[in-house]
Amino acid sequence: MPIKVLMPALSPTMEEGNLAKWVKQEGDKVEIGDVIAEIETDKATMEVESVEEGTLGKIVVAEGAQGVKVNELIALILEEGEDASALDNVSTDAAPAAEEAPAAPASVPAEPKSEAPVTLPDVEDEPEVPEGTPMKTQTVREALRDGMVEEMRRDDDVFLMGEEVAQYQGAYKISQGMLDEFGERRVIDTPITEHGFTGLAAGAAMAGLRPIVEFMTFNFAMQAIDHIINSSAKTLYMSGGQIHNPIVFRGPNGAAARVAAQHSQDYTAWYSQVPGLVVVHPYSAADYKGLIKSAIRSDNPVVFLENEILYGHSFDVPDVDDFIVPLGKAKIARKGKDVTIVSFGMGMQHSLNAAEELAKEGIEAEVIDLRTIRPLDTETIIRSVIKTGRCVVVEEGWPQASTSSEVAFRVMDQAFDYLDAPVARVCGKDVPMPYASNLEKLALPTVAEVIGAVKAVTYTA
Amino acid sequence: MAASASSAAKKAAKGASRTPVNRTIVEFDKDQELHAYREMLLIRRFEEKAGQLYGMGMIGGFCHLYIGQEAVVVGMQMASKDGDQVVTSYRDHGHMLACDMDPKGVMAELTGRKDGYSKGKGGSMHMFSREKNFFGGHGIVGAQVSIGTGLAFANQYRGNDNVSFIYMGDGASNQGQVYESFNMAKLWNLPAIYVIENNKYGMGTSVERSSSNTDLSQRGISFGIPGEQVDGMDVRAVMAAAERAIEWAREGKGPYILEMITYRYRGHSMSDPAKYRSKEEVQKMRNEHDPIEQVRQRLIDGGFASEDELKSIDKDIRAVVSNAADFAQSNPEPDESELWTDIYMPL
Repeated sequence: MPIKVLMPALSPTMEEGNLAKWVKQEGDKVEIGDVIAEIETDKATMEVESVEEGTLGKIVVAEGAQGVKVNELIALILEEGEDASALDNVSTDAAPAAEEAPAAPASVPAEPKSEAPVTLPDVEDEPEVPEGTPMKTQTVREALRDGMVEEMRRDDDVFLMGEEVAQYQGAYKISQGMLDEFGERRVIDTPITEHGFTGLAAGAAMAGLRPIVEFMTFNFAMQAIDHIINSSAKTLYMSGGQIHNPIVFRGPNGAAARVAAQHSQDYTAWYSQVPGLVVVHPYSAADYKGLIKSAIRSDNPVVFLENEILYGHSFDVPDVDDFIVPLGKAKIARKGKDVTIVSFGMGMQHSLNAAEELAKEGIEAEVIDLRTIRPLDTETIIRSVIKTGRCVVVEEGWPQASTSSEVAFRVMDQAFDYLDAPVARVCGKDVPMPYASNLEKLALPTVAEVIGAVKAVTYTA
Repeated sequence: MAASASSAAKKAAKGASRTPVNRTIVEFDKDQELHAYREMLLIRRFEEKAGQLYGMGMIGGFCHLYIGQEAVVVGMQMASKDGDQVVTSYRDHGHMLACDMDPKGVMAELTGRKDGYSKGKGGSMHMFSREKNFFGGHGIVGAQVSIGTGLAFANQYRGNDNVSFIYMGDGASNQGQVYESFNMAKLWNLPAIYVIENNKYGMGTSVERSSSNTDLSQRGISFGIPGEQVDGMDVRAVMAAAERAIEWAREGKGPYILEMITYRYRGHSMSDPAKYRSKEEVQKMRNEHDPIEQVRQRLIDGGFASEDELKSIDKDIRAVVSNAADFAQSNPEPDESELWTDIYMPL
């Protein structure tokens, strides 16, 4: 049977083209790789190489033809040993020869979903920390270090890398003492080269190690965001589930104090937009410890956002072996019935202080600490809003396409009928962070703004 | 061999002169010639078929063919051992076949079907095989260089003697993260072999128009990484160079750069008419330097194989490719439920 040569598609969008020129003529020998024709697409004139060998038996579409549809028969090539009589049996109707892709079995219809499904660990409804658990007072800084140290003792595949993490003991002293305990094989000072060492760590994770990458601040991770998203978050999917990426990206995020625009951005919303990433932003020392341990054990890439101001704050931390806080689970930090305040990270401090003040006026706010921003624990939020009928979201990030806009949407979507007022929010102002002390204060959320928002939704202003 | 590598290192450290193209070859025996011939021909025929399926609309998106460059990856793999890792950019079909991945699975990924290596979710540019130590298939130019340096880091961390082959094009060699990686690789003496496949054009921009120093083998000088230019159209020269580099890296001396002087016959991707170079330039390379034709000639001249035997090899390979193409067209598309899988591991 002569071989059919079809009008080729020469770009992702080409539907038809012009047959500009036949380079080979009927009767010419054709080798694999020989240019047989030139075809004009809307973008360019392309040479068409033969993928068959034989003799050009018949030109079906003549030189100069315009608007030839992709997959239309344009010529026939005779195989070795065939003569021209073989052409007689071939229909030269312009029948598209490419088969349609066999459709996937329709037995399992794709569920209409809006978020990537996540297998959450089973969490009992009991409190994470049972009553009577012994406690010790620790700073966030110490709790974070203890969490990392415990995991590094547990698993030799875990290592810490970043700028000044080893000999200098951490730019913010988070890794104090770790070099002494684990040595330079596992606590690694890097050059100032975020793009490179983040890619290196991403590769090490693909090979099965469990890197903890410390960014001196997440502002510097912008140099490395390609690897966080394109290399780490997407690879499980792009590899059809073959390559998982157990890696933690951690460091201080958001505003510190008077360090201005390039050192003060909150990246929570940016990272939380990406399917494949887990995004964590704890507030209390206990959560820093329990969540960093879960993050290190996770087989997913985790963006672990910290707050520089909170590093020095002290909290009660359970004094028990292997204290773990599950990823993907919000916490009710304060119980209340009149309004739900949803926040995370530094926003929690404003929210809890506001709740304290509001209580004096008889308004009992329930304060939810999201802790994990992706996957977002919508259930805990909705359950609370159903009870209170009012919701205020507090964050230090910019307002547009933010965590608060996402929470507000989910509340509208899943608890609309329970709302007694529109959802309100308190965000960082929509400006680059200023340096001047007074302007910086204006740019960040305040307790007064949270109180104002609560009074607006409770109609008590 | 180590001696020649260390003299290359000294020369590199001085930074005085251009490195001459290393045409040192070690003659192949019959088995090696036949192996190289089969492997390279498989890549060529596979890529021609991929081009054809693209023309039929069976393969979508971007499709970057490796035709002309076959000797590079085949020669490198002939010097490797089990456990060594490979990572490359989006011009990756040849690397996967050379890593012994199944042509059916690769072609089915190109057509976006359920039994493709990535279940149809990665496509031409994003494919992996953990089993074969092939770590992609990366679509961001230069990203694979840092990732591959991380694979080398993992080898050192675990104390095994594997090395990582990190491929990039001449275009990628101008990305900043390449130099961040070179610096760390030498600082920590990681077992990383950087293979710069210089096919003379980064998409449509020639090396001369993009690179202040066109001798890319010297890109490691300021880090103290030895490099050499290799005739990437001669599979024997590639293998000999790979052996020098591998020995260097396995001995713990750190990274090594091999600039393979090669050529791609086709455009940058299927939709590139390649107007930035003359037909004569392409034809000259095909006629005078074709990597497969060189081996074919040696097989005949050396009395290793007759024309008939080679014809029979050709036929076998065409059958393998044809089976892969049939499979890739008849295999179903992924189940719709796959849209929502492989996003997260259990938390």
